[in-house]
Amino acid sequence: MILVFVEQDNGKIKKSSIEAAYYSSQAAIKLGTTAEAVAPGQFNDGELASLGQYGIAKIHHVNNAKLNHFDSQLYTEVVAQIAANTGADIIVLSNHYSGKALAGRLSAKWGAGLISGANSLPEVEDGIVLTKSVFSGKGLAHIKTSTPKKIIAINPNAYPPVKGEGLAHVVTSEVNLPDSKLSVKSVNKVTGTIPLSEADLVVSAGRGLKGPENWGMIEEMAKILGAATACSRAVSDVHWRPHYEHVGQTGLTIRPNLYIAIGISGAIQHLAGVNGSKVMVVINKDPEAPFFKAADYGIVGDAFEVVPKLNAALRKFKGLE
Amino acid sequence: MKLLVCISKVPDTTSRIAFSDNNTKFSTDGVQYIVNPTDEWYALVRALELKENLGGSVTVITVGTIEDEAIIRKTLAIGADDAVRIDATDIDSYFVAAQIAEYAKTQEYDLILTGKETIDYNGSAVGAMIAEFLDLPYISLASRLEMTGTVATIDREIEGGIETLEVEGPCVISCQKGMAEQRIPNMRGIMTARTKPLLVVSPDLGIPSLTSVTYYEPPKERQTCHLISPDNVEELIDLLHREAKMI
Repeated sequence: MILVFVEQDNGKIKKSSIEAAYYSSQAAIKLGTTAEAVAPGQFNDGELASLGQYGIAKIHHVNNAKLNHFDSQLYTEVVAQIAANTGADIIVLSNHYSGKALAGRLSAKWGAGLISGANSLPEVEDGIVLTKSVFSGKGLAHIKTSTPKKIIAINPNAYPPVKGEGLAHVVTSEVNLPDSKLSVKSVNKVTGTIPLSEADLVVSAGRGLKGPENWGMIEEMAKILGAATACSRAVSDVHWRPHYEHVGQTGLTIRPNLYIAIGISGAIQHLAGVNGSKVMVVINKDPEAPFFKAADYGIVGDAFEVVPKLNAALRKFKGLE
Repeated sequence: MKLLVCISKVPDTTSRIAFSDNNTKFSTDGVQYIVNPTDEWYALVRALELKENLGGSVTVITVGTIEDEAIIRKTLAIGADDAVRIDATDIDSYFVAAQIAEYAKTQEYDLILTGKETIDYNGSAVGAMIAEFLDLPYISLASRLEMTGTVATIDREIEGGIETLEVEGPCVISCQKGMAEQRIPNMRGIMTARTKPLLVVSPDLGIPSLTSVTYYEPPKERQTCHLISPDNVEELIDLLHREAKMI
């Protein structure tokens, strides 16, 4: 049986958890088994039952306010106890913030093989085999594990969910919890904009913009599209943009549906953080920029001429004027 | 403070990546290795800053063969006091974490730091595994770490924001951008690194690896970039709408 870890944020199921839930239902079909979920913390009414739309029939809800904030030690206890009670042999998590922290702990606790950053359904082959991108996108590795218990951490946006019908059966489960050694002091979220790590569409710009005062047209494009903004390392290093916008190998890794790169040459370190994007567009005045080898669509042109024209055309397309 | 920093060697990002033995092995021919950037720039440098402010020692540890001593010497040149190399090939995250945990059990570290993930396999798992083996709290993707007595105040990245939390006592932390700034070793550091202690420890032979790579393949080729004239931005919008179905 597959047990998928489902997480809440202020009572709402996280997007990454919906993806993991749907992925688990599809993996269960492929492996000829069933998928259930474990959900720690307090959820809004009806929230968990709605996971039935993504193929999850049964949810083990550990309804305890101590679990409203993520603590990898407590959450490991919760998932491990529910897995033991249900006899689950595969745990699925999203390879996102908390999922990464939990996956390693569960692997250590059980001696369970962990395949993290997976981007495929499992193939059965003396255990299971999944693929993942390695070496900054320069290879795809097929990784096998044959341990009795197995853990899959599926990459965000690797397996987009398809909404169906149904209501999940939610059962409340009790778990013995140790005391938390962490205390959360504050949570600061960027409000009013789409968080970069969760965005489907991203507009990103680099040194080609010449200075922070020129970002108005980038923010404008993001606003028209409902996209998040990002930047290259060079730009965050000189503080033209906040460092949490830095995407690339040493910044944030993102896998949006659409990544639009403006005035970014496309060094391998930058591409390593974005080449999981479904579609990439590059706008750069240098036709030799390496980004043109990685992108799906490109415009060779000066950002200061192309972007305002594109924004005007996008506004028209969206019926905004 | 007694600090342990876990480091890993990775191929330099610009290395040509090739596979051998019918694509079942990573070909190390001509590959230049570096210290994993987030281990070096953030975990190691923040550990050194804490030591400089509060006193104590910084030990770096890695699981690797004698070929890894060049990257270990680099971390000593940057300022670590001593190093431990567990003499084995780093097969998978579980193997590495279990070996490091076995060694760490014999010491009493106040903090164990790692980088947020390696840039080759991006497992992001070793820190979490060490924490579980040692029954310690684990805080991942930390961008700030301050110590007040035995209490660590940590900013960790969450979806679209930052959570600030406090931990009392020893813990394991994975470090990312914001934590510190890269340090370039100076000549004095490079000279003294040669004589700093580097302890070679035999691996625990009872520890298995749990995963293996069966096959490598080149990444799926993207289609050639479809170039659009800068005078016809409407075509791009049309393609993104009709062909890519993104907008």
